[in-house]
Amino acid sequence: MAKKPPSLSEDEFRSLADKARSIRRHVVEMLAEAGSGHPGGSLSAADIITVLFFHVMKHKPGNPAWKNRDRFILSKGHAVPALYAALAECGYFPAAELKNLRKQGSFLEGHPLRDVAHGIEATTGSLGQGLSFGVGVALAARLDRKRFHTYVLMGDGEQDSGQIWEAAMSAAHYKLDNLTGIIDRNRLQIDGATEDVMRLEPLAKKWKAFGWRVTETDGHHVPSLAAALTMKKKKDTPHLVLAHTVKGKGVSFMENVVHFHGVAPGPDEKQRALEELERGS
Amino acid sequence: MKTAMISPRDAYGAALKRLGATHDNIVVLDADLSESTRTAKFRADFPHRFFNAGVAEQNMMGIAAGLAATGKIVFASTFAVFAAGRTYDQIRQGIARSNLNVRIVASHGGITVGEDGPSHQMTEDLALMRALPNMMVLVPADAVETEKMIEKSLEIQGPVYIRTSREKFPVIFDENHRFNPGKGTLLKDGAHLSIIAAGLMVSSALSAADMLAEHGIQASVVNMSSIKPIDRDLIVQCAEHTGRILTVEEHSVIGGLGSAVAEVVSEEFPVPVRRIGVTDQFCFSAPASALLEHFGLTAKHIYDFVRRWMD
Repeated sequence: MAKKPPSLSEDEFRSLADKARSIRRHVVEMLAEAGSGHPGGSLSAADIITVLFFHVMKHKPGNPAWKNRDRFILSKGHAVPALYAALAECGYFPAAELKNLRKQGSFLEGHPLRDVAHGIEATTGSLGQGLSFGVGVALAARLDRKRFHTYVLMGDGEQDSGQIWEAAMSAAHYKLDNLTGIIDRNRLQIDGATEDVMRLEPLAKKWKAFGWRVTETDGHHVPSLAAALTMKKKKDTPHLVLAHTVKGKGVSFMENVVHFHGVAPGPDEKQRALEELERGS
Repeated sequence: MKTAMISPRDAYGAALKRLGATHDNIVVLDADLSESTRTAKFRADFPHRFFNAGVAEQNMMGIAAGLAATGKIVFASTFAVFAAGRTYDQIRQGIARSNLNVRIVASHGGITVGEDGPSHQMTEDLALMRALPNMMVLVPADAVETEKMIEKSLEIQGPVYIRTSREKFPVIFDENHRFNPGKGTLLKDGAHLSIIAAGLMVSSALSAADMLAEHGIQASVVNMSSIKPIDRDLIVQCAEHTGRILTVEEHSVIGGLGSAVAEVVSEEFPVPVRRIGVTDQFCFSAPASALLEHFGLTAKHIYDFVRRWMD
């Protein structure tokens, strides 16, 4: 595997790490304010989303409908607090809006609703469907001879779904080298460990067998993520980044705790979480 | 003169082929049934804008959503039973909620697929699609209307479900026919009752009306090809002028045309309504003509039904 990406400068690394911390803080605050939602998978995806929006993707928050923008599709729609936080940090809308997550009258729906003006590309929330949407976007890009790239962030739980594999097969069949899938491999889903609920391993081998180039990486190590997501593309081959993560990453009492898949932090938990994130580096 | 018989699916294939030449942004998807749905006509001329999803209808609908979200007008076709049933959630979540320009053109709707049996006979598609917010639901009455509908769909913002058929339908319209979403067509004006029909049943209703006229019963006949939005004004007009309404559809009596008409009548101008269609049951393998006979979806049965009702 060709693995000579431009490494991040110290400044870039520091800035991305700061962003990821901001996004985690937003996630904790938003969910505590909303009183419901999904912290575990939002926190596990925070570094991936940070690296995409602040380092990898070409996009213009001031011109959200820019035709040549790279597309980001959040297939694991329940992690949307992390996406909303990143979009606010990018300037798609004021960060003050984040407190309206899941509230009546706000566009910050409990799961993403397509709203390009605010940077939300795809309606998701019913798992297993985002990669198919990404295949459609990537096909359209090729038909229009556009050079933008499409990134689809999937959960590992939704790898249970047959449609993921239909989409995986089709992306390879259509030779979509303008499509990158990312799996937030935090190894937990609502009912427990992914390998107990429905065995996924050997996951990397499965994706390879479906015709994808697979890169495994630490999903919290910013330089490794940046390297994986900026690799030179392999002609006619879609790219799968299998990002090994920790559910609830960054908040000690949420890490690897299934309970925090879909339960928002209470006021005390919020305080403790924010203090930890403040201290953390 | 003998009435021409053309299948709506053939008209669909012809329309795609014609419109594909003038509209670069049309993309067509199919799920391994392109010969049957007639999207193969488009594929032959525009292979680079045709994508076969294989036997993976759910993925096809997701791809359709992604293409539509990136500026394409997408026609996605397979049999109605797969197009509306197997992929309901993909249509709901990915297409309807985002109000994307996907035209789901479902062939082999209803029971006239015959011998393939109930696995392939789709009698709930209109009910499913009608309940979806943002979804327009259309059922052409003949080949001419099918082509007009496909062309008109290019102007519509948002998703559209169009049910075609394998069966050859009598051609009842000429080239001057205009299809407009939300508008029904009064094909025959009579004072004693109104027969509101869709799809293949429109020509049967017309024949039944001719037979009834010979016995002094004057029936209005309406082609209600726009199931949603439905032509409320025309339904109310029928109720006011004729005082009773019969609906006829190649679909379950639950949730389709009959339900839609009854909803309007009961809210706006209550008069007796009767529905002919598939009663609440799965059908069975048999020739199309035998199935139509069994469920009373023939001109003769409509005629008999009305005679009994009007006594």
